[in-house]
Amino acid sequence: MNRERILRYTFRERLMHWTAGLSYVYLLLTGLAFWSPWLFWLAVVLGGATISRMLHPWIGVVFTLAVFWMFGVWASQMLTTGRDREWLHALRHYVRNEDDQVPSADRFNAGQKILFWGFFGCGIVLFLTGLILWRPHWIPWSLDFLRLIAVIVHPIAALLTIALFMIHVYMGLAVEPGAFSSILRGDVSAKWAARYHRAWYERIAGKVEPEDRASR
Amino acid sequence: MSQANLEIVRISGHAGSVPGAGVKRGQEVAKLIDTTTCIGCKACEVACLEWNGLSFSDTTFQNSYQTQPETSWNFWNLIKFNEHEPEGGPLMLLMRKDQCMHCGDPGCLIACPADGAIVQYANGIVDFNQDQCIGCGYCLAGCPFNIPKFSPTSHKVFKCTLCSDRVGQGLEPACIKACPTGCLEFGTKDEMTAKAEHRAQQLRDQSGFANAGVYDPAGVGGAHVIYVLHDATNPEAYGGLPKDPRVPWTVRLWKGPLKWLGNLAMAGGLIGIFVHYLRYGPKSAEEDREVPRHGEQP
Repeated sequence: MNRERILRYTFRERLMHWTAGLSYVYLLLTGLAFWSPWLFWLAVVLGGATISRMLHPWIGVVFTLAVFWMFGVWASQMLTTGRDREWLHALRHYVRNEDDQVPSADRFNAGQKILFWGFFGCGIVLFLTGLILWRPHWIPWSLDFLRLIAVIVHPIAALLTIALFMIHVYMGLAVEPGAFSSILRGDVSAKWAARYHRAWYERIAGKVEPEDRASR
Repeated sequence: MSQANLEIVRISGHAGSVPGAGVKRGQEVAKLIDTTTCIGCKACEVACLEWNGLSFSDTTFQNSYQTQPETSWNFWNLIKFNEHEPEGGPLMLLMRKDQCMHCGDPGCLIACPADGAIVQYANGIVDFNQDQCIGCGYCLAGCPFNIPKFSPTSHKVFKCTLCSDRVGQGLEPACIKACPTGCLEFGTKDEMTAKAEHRAQQLRDQSGFANAGVYDPAGVGGAHVIYVLHDATNPEAYGGLPKDPRVPWTVRLWKGPLKWLGNLAMAGGLIGIFVHYLRYGPKSAEEDREVPRHGEQP
């Protein structure tokens, strides 16, 4: 039996992920409150709709910064490879948990890469349209078309992120046991690495030093 | 339930029924503005500030008689001046009192997410409740007339109330009361429409304004402020009155089909995830698989 633990996410990566994750959850809840009268109570629970409206853009800035931080750290690892195309080709097997028919993934599988680029793209769109909506008096009447674009594009981009977010949270919490603790505490078992990201495991397996665990 | 609540027919950002829907008998009111008899004295501007207790601020000179470029959060009633040279006709100095139109189908109310921040009364008045306003500014997107104005100090949006407080007590709006020429009138919508049509007819028959007509835009469900114009085919000449104002289609799409589509997708997603878990559950636990030793082929 192989009992070694492997560092999957460094402290910096985990801090980065949760800066984005927690700010996103706040944006999601307050955004849903502004989306539908039936969810307006969310803003009431979170300190009142006026406070929510005031904080939503500022937390949006935090989220945007975190998204760009992620871009800086992860973008090079998120580029599409031939392996990803094969992986996507076998997506239905992955969905049905027939993982022996799915090509082995590197550190991030194609689904995670779609999540990353989806959030990056939508994040930029949400930031730009959010900037337009932030202070209504910043946009003069002659530029009203910007506001009209923003009110429709902002929710569409948000809905796309909600789809990504629901799948992401479901996968991390329920489908892949061990995934959630890896983004919290950083390490995974060698078995987990070999099970879900075999190509990555095989690439780094020889390089794991005991210090890596200590320095996490 | 207060009597005032029973007179509400529409509420912004409201889940569930509306207290006053179809409860009370009511007559729709309207303000009639005859631009052909307005002399641009601005008594209505002052009366509006006086009645509503708004502060006097500096005017902005723009080579015109106009007090400032557009209405603002603490200036709800503005006479717009425009020097207009019709083809083959003499120069005309057009004056139009600009304020909230109190639309039958108000874009501001449609766009507003805050419960009760914008209400529409049975008499047609569309009113903002600043204590419920969250300052999001979506009403600015919904309005085709550039009327709701955001206050940078209070982070609330303000506009003409059609003096709903006065009208509720059986009085006419302050601007009407101040008008010295009678170009402003206030009454029921039917009565004002008839008067406006009569005046337009008079202008066509007796004053040589062949295109005179009434401005009561159907695209926003009709308004509770209507104009008589010398030339109803060119409302833009009157300080940018839109020819065919509508609630912007992006606002309609956002508050209509997109909302339903989005809600269905979100609910469907949650159900789909739950069903997936029931059917497939988690991927095999860590212990289920042998880990190959380094270098060994699986």
